Amino acid sequence: MNIKNLLKVALKALNNNKMRCFLTMLGVIIGVGAVIAMLAIGQGSKNSIRNQIAEMGSNMIMIFPGGENRGGVRQSSDDMQTLKPSDYEAIVNQATTVSYITPSVNSSGQWINGNNNYPAQLQGVNAQYLNIRLRKVTEGEMFTEEDVKRAAKVVVIGKTIADNLFPDGTDPVGKVVRFGSIPMTIIGILDEKGYNTMGQDQDNMALAPYTTVMKRILATDYLQGIQASAVDEEKTEETIAEITDILRTQHKLREDEDNNFTIRSMQELAEMISTTSQMMTVLLAAVAGISLLVGGIGIMNIMIVSVTERTREIGLRMSIGARGRDIMMQFLIEAIIISVTGGVIGILLGAFTTWMISAIARWPVMIDPSSVVLSFVVCTAIGIIFGFYPAAKASNLDPIEAIRYE
Amino acid sequence: MAKEIIKIEKLKRYFKVGDETVKALRGVSFTIYEGEFVTIMGTSGSGKSTLLNTLGCLDTPTSGDYFLDGINVRGMGKNERARIRNRKIGFIFQNYNLLPKTTAIENVELPLLYNTAISAKQRTEMAEKCLKQVGLADRLYHKSNQMSGGQQQRVAIARALVNNPVILLADEATGNLDTRTSFSILTLFQKLYNEGKTIIFVTHNPEIAMYSSRNILLKDGRIVSDEYNSDIKSAEEVYKNLPVDND
Repeated sequence: MNIKNLLKVALKALNNNKMRCFLTMLGVIIGVGAVIAMLAIGQGSKNSIRNQIAEMGSNMIMIFPGGENRGGVRQSSDDMQTLKPSDYEAIVNQATTVSYITPSVNSSGQWINGNNNYPAQLQGVNAQYLNIRLRKVTEGEMFTEEDVKRAAKVVVIGKTIADNLFPDGTDPVGKVVRFGSIPMTIIGILDEKGYNTMGQDQDNMALAPYTTVMKRILATDYLQGIQASAVDEEKTEETIAEITDILRTQHKLREDEDNNFTIRSMQELAEMISTTSQMMTVLLAAVAGISLLVGGIGIMNIMIVSVTERTREIGLRMSIGARGRDIMMQFLIEAIIISVTGGVIGILLGAFTTWMISAIARWPVMIDPSSVVLSFVVCTAIGIIFGFYPAAKASNLDPIEAIRYE
Repeated sequence: MAKEIIKIEKLKRYFKVGDETVKALRGVSFTIYEGEFVTIMGTSGSGKSTLLNTLGCLDTPTSGDYFLDGINVRGMGKNERARIRNRKIGFIFQNYNLLPKTTAIENVELPLLYNTAISAKQRTEMAEKCLKQVGLADRLYHKSNQMSGGQQQRVAIARALVNNPVILLADEATGNLDTRTSFSILTLFQKLYNEGKTIIFVTHNPEIAMYSSRNILLKDGRIVSDEYNSDIKSAEEVYKNLPVDND
């Protein structure tokens, strides 16, 4: 029998049992719909994380004092004294794949303006910080290299601090506020960024020259970190290797000694977060996949019933010249029609559900075309796999017994 | 001399049931020529069903030869036998075996679907012709469940005729029908016989032998008699004389 006739026969048989056919299909529809929606949610959240990280500067590199693998009591990297301004200068002078670089020292304390006060960190950096973190000063201006050299008592503050210190809405630029007991002049306001993926308020920050923080506030000779950005996101690994070499030489480390500093890149962070979201996606998809599997078993179940029910028909077809192969194809095609039609409806349902999720729950979603193709392929495979046993059973019937089956 | 359609020689068919061997056919030989209307008769257990299955290429004999239209069927594989059934044999069953919820014409087309050499257009033409031949020209698009037993059996006969087989094999074809309808179907068989069709009609009803041209009687897997009927009664006359049911 040729494929056109096979399709006609299969469609007719399914048409004779519309309700049963639809209910069987429903298993596949729900399974595929769930897979599509889950993958869309997973892909959406992954994309949104990736975008946020890109906003934070995806080629950023952070250097912390202290090695990764040391026994005994572990100290906070802030307290370790292995990074010095000379290290920073060495990188500035020697590194070729670093585009921007800034030392970093932090101090937390209370910001005070008259009656208003607000607790926030003060970060000591240089002007290149803005380039690394992709931030801008929207009002006023950033401090200069000159301010860094002089350890000037100037500060650029974020929106949150500005709002808390000047609740009446006066322009903070040019005003003098105190950080603890040290008076500092506000020379600029940072652009507003809101909360990041980790729930941190990116506007709750203040930037001052690192020299000011080191000399006038912390009275320290050491850096708490160095932040840099690689020339090229793709070459982050190379940049890390280059900085490692420079710092090892700088710290006079022997071959067998571990690094006494740690370098992290934004890419690593991105990968780490992606791994978590990836795991969630896999989990969700696995659950959805199980429902698809159950749908497949439903197909097999109903096909077995159908073969038993139509034993006489099979016997008749065989006695008028159908080969085992013809019978096998007939039932296999029925199973494939159920699974593929269910798959197509499932894809539409999944797309609709995804749209509903993004419209109502406002979750970031994204239907990856590959997930659609994947679902379609899996459906066809499910039809073939779960249709095979009943079809083989049908084709192996003895026509003599089948035709007299009651 | 007419053409040999079926020739069987020392046909034996043994079944193994548990440890016992059931001898359904113990060496049956006969030759059926083109244009004969043969009834094969016997009580249940006489081996007539086994013989029919073998003649219909559904079963293979344990020993002995079977030539259908000059071709030796013994030793053929499953697929070859399926092809032979499709091209050379027309089956008619006691319980019609029509596909449910399917029109008469689709039922009749069914054997042709398994012959890829025949186009869709040819299929419809051939099926229509056969349905006309059995007197159902006005029932082409009636579904099988909308027809009476007699009409259903006529569709089944049309289905058996559609591939232009060398032999029609009927298995108790009137067994499910009332007397009047039985005679109308027998009339149809006689009409086909007169048109030159070769027919084998298996039945346990001895009355039917009067309407065929030859009668073979089986008992315990052997032929006990094989007689030609010189005085074939007309089923049509009996049919006409039967009172019409007017209850």
